[in-house]
Formats: sequence, structure tokens, C-alpha cells
Amino acid sequence: MAIENISLSGRKTAVSNKEMTFWERLYFIAIIKGMMITIKHFFSRKVTVQYPEQKREYSPVYRGQHVLMRDEEGRERCTACGLCALACPAEAITMKAAERTKEEMNLYREEKYAAIYEINMLRCIFCGLCEEACPKDAIYLTKSQKHVKPDVTRQSFIYGKDKLVISVEDGKSGKYAGLKPIQNKELN
Amino acid sequence: MKVTIDGHTIDVEAGTTVLEAARAIGGPSVPPTMCYYSKLKDCGGKCRCCLVEISKGSERDPRPMPKLQPSCVTAVQDGMEVKSATSPKALDARRAVSEFLLINHPLDCPVCDQAGECDLQNLAYGNKNFKTRYKEERRTFEPEDIGPYIQLHMNRCVLCYRCVKLADQLTPERVHGVIGRGDHAQISTYISKAIDNDFSGNMIDVCPVGALTDKTFRFESRVWFNKPYNAHRDCPTCSGKVTLWMFGDKVQRVTGRKDVYHEVDEFICNDCRFHHKNAEDWVIEGPRKFEKPSVLNINNYIRPLKKVHIDADELILEGREQDEKKISMPAIPYDAVELEAIKEVKEE
Repeated sequence: MAIENISLSGRKTAVSNKEMTFWERLYFIAIIKGMMITIKHFFSRKVTVQYPEQKREYSPVYRGQHVLMRDEEGRERCTACGLCALACPAEAITMKAAERTKEEMNLYREEKYAAIYEINMLRCIFCGLCEEACPKDAIYLTKSQKHVKPDVTRQSFIYGKDKLVISVEDGKSGKYAGLKPIQNKELN
Repeated sequence: MKVTIDGHTIDVEAGTTVLEAARAIGGPSVPPTMCYYSKLKDCGGKCRCCLVEISKGSERDPRPMPKLQPSCVTAVQDGMEVKSATSPKALDARRAVSEFLLINHPLDCPVCDQAGECDLQNLAYGNKNFKTRYKEERRTFEPEDIGPYIQLHMNRCVLCYRCVKLADQLTPERVHGVIGRGDHAQISTYISKAIDNDFSGNMIDVCPVGALTDKTFRFESRVWFNKPYNAHRDCPTCSGKVTLWMFGDKVQRVTGRKDVYHEVDEFICNDCRFHHKNAEDWVIEGPRKFEKPSVLNINNYIRPLKKVHIDADELILEGREQDEKKISMPAIPYDAVELEAIKEVKEE
């Protein structure tokens, strides 16, 4: 087949210089046809969202800023096991562990906890492997429904525990607990 | 004596155990071990992880042995035929044994310092059975302080007796042992007497699980974030040949050099292990290799990187002659200084 006859999209039409008839020159039917398309869209579903007032729902697999969870008693779940840092392909996570003392029993769930936990959001590619690796259900990207906000200094993108750990009230009220991530459900 | 293990025949001396013969062959037919330690005498036969099927007793008595045999305490006989990795019966039994070992194990790997170099983790992972059927409460013990250097987590212990045998054979008097029987058996010291022998730190190295861990390394770092180096120092009490686990320039911990079966080559003294955490104290020989699938190999690039040479067009910076004509350029669009810079880049 010659190249000029091939139509990859299937919508190729030949252009002709045929003279239009009288009715065609009036453009009456063509205008009606065009108007029909316009009017049809008045009754279809609106795709725009009035953004600041109205917000679109997040997809259940949406991955945003990380949060470090607390359990129902408000204790931090993270034990600094290092599996998130090991799984991280961008090497964005660093941590330092410490041993829990007797007075801190109500603060941390396990014997060991993360004294320092930092995520470099400039390195993070939001792949969610840390969430998958976590054996303690401590780190989630799918539950926060927050974005990492733009900034002007590199230092401000290193998120420490002050930004990542959820508040005690949120932990106790189970604010983030309801949204179960989809990917882990079928595995267990 | 000729012995055939999984179809591989090997000639070994009389008195060799089936396990040692299998290790001489190597590969997948080596049974896993928890309690056996080749550097210690009379160590083995307790955990039953190394069960093998003996399909032919010997040349003189070719009947198969009726039950699975623990390979670490079974001596070879001439003409013996052993099935290790090829016997579904033995693999099934090993899986059951690992399930029994995990019954009372607290499964606190995220907290445990041994995670990543733990024999029980390897065993459970190798058996690919990740479900527990145990519903009862797990055995727990009160935490006990056995000295300033060694942390005892009795809950994690699998009662392999390695540390007891080590203390018996390496030191004149041991102060710890197994107290109680059956489910109540536990490693303990005489009325919380601290373990202060010069070589007591080797208990950490022989422990297959996280029951005995280094207190000076407690929660410092996960083992796979450290880079292991072979190092030595002039030590008056021991050979001084150790593995240093470094993070940057910092020595995180010091252990003996372990072979592929996680057995130390030479026992080291407490002075080397706990008191020399400066890189200046050691002569570093070089990075240490581990078996390929180990998590310890993560980010350890032991081979030197080659300089990458990009095989590009000769005239990539100036542009080709035919292109000059095409875009009607009269000559090379660079002045003398720029040409000099291009020449320098090319020579690099």
C-alpha cells in the first residue's frame, strides 16, 4: 500500500475542492449540527471543580506526605527497625534508635523507638515501598492526604518527627485508622 | 570412607559426621543448624534442624535407617547414602522443627539487634512457612541483668546450649548455665552473678538468635547499615583478628570473623570486643565479603568502580563538516579560546 493511503488513526479523509450546493452554502444545517453538540454538553456531568471551596476526593492509592502513626493509646508505633530505610530506593530515610525508659512507657509502643527519624522529601520519589516494608504499620503515605509543600530552602525539605508524627488526639481518635490501604489487604 | 549425599560422593575420614561431610560438599545439600558449632566439642543433637534421611546404612548393612537422623551427631559409615535436600521427608521434618522453635519465639525482629544475621530468621525464611498455628500464650521470662557487656533476652532463646558449651570449653569456670527443666528451662547465672570472664563476649557470637547481644551496640544501628571490615590489632590475650562494623569512620561494634556457617574462626577477647571502638586502634585489612543473598551486602560495593568512558563521535563538540554546510555556516563557530577549551576536554 502506498504511503498516502495509510491511515494510522483510521480517520483520514481525502480533501476535495468540490463546489458546495446552495443548501450547503447557507450553513444552516451545519450550524444546527454544531449547536446540538454544544447543547448536549449543558446536560452532561460537569468535570470542573470550584477548587478552594470544593475539593476533589483522593484516590485510595494516592501517595502524599508520610505520617508516622500512633496506636489507640497514643503511643508511637515506629520501633526504628530500619526496614523502610532499607526498602527506600532513593535512600531518603534516616533514623537513630534509642531505648525506651520506664517513664516513657506511655509514649512508645516497644522497647526501642526512633529518637531521630528524617525523610528527605527532595530525595523521596513517593513509591510507597516504605509503607509496604513497615512491619509495625507505622509509616503511611496513603493515609495523610497531605502534599509536601513547596519551599525555597533545601533544609526545609528534611522532615523530622515534628512534622511526620501524628498528634496524640489523632492517634486516640483513630483519625487515620479508617482508610485501609488497598495493596496490603490481599496479601494478608 | 565413601559417603554419598544427594548423589554427590565424597571420601572422608572415619569419625566424620554426616553434617561435616555435607559441608565438605557444600551447596544446597548442607542441612541448616541451630545448635551445632564445629568449633565446640559435644555441641549438637539438640535442635533437630539438621535431620537427614539415610537411605542406605552402609556397605555391610545396606538397610535404610528407620527414622530421620540428626546429621550433626551421626558418624558416616562406608558406603552410606544420605538424602538431605532431595528427601521430602527430611524437609518436612525440618519445617516442623522450625515451627516448634518459633512457638515461643517473641518475633520481635524489628526490635532485635540480631535481625539480619540471625540463624533462626534464615531457617524460618528458608522453610517458607510464614504462618503460625500457635494460639496459646508464649513463654516469657523476667528480664535479667547478666553484666555490663552482654544483654540477655531469655524470651528469644532457643536453648541450643552453645553458650554453655563455650563457657565450659573456653574458660576455667563458668558462672552461667541452664536452670529449670522443660518449658521452664532458661539460661541464667548463679543468683544474677555478672559474667566477667575475659572471653565471655564470645557468647554473643555463638548465639544463633538474639538472646545474647552486645550491650555496647544495643540499638545503635541495624546490622545491615554497617560496613564490615576485616581488621586486626596486636592483642596480648587473643589473636586480635576481628570484623569491624563501621558506619562512616565510626566503629559501631567488633565481632569475630564468621565463616559461611556463621561460626567464628577465632574467639576474641572482651578487650578487643568492647573497649576498642576507635578506628585508630585497628589495622584495617579490607572490606569483608558475605554470601550473596545476605541483607548485609546492601550498599556494600566492594569492587572498585571503573572510570566510565563514553564512546562518542569524534567531532561531537565542534559539529560535523556536512552539518556546517547544511546550516550554511562559513566555518567552525568558535574562537581560539573556545577551541582551546574543547581540546582540553577531549584530552581528558
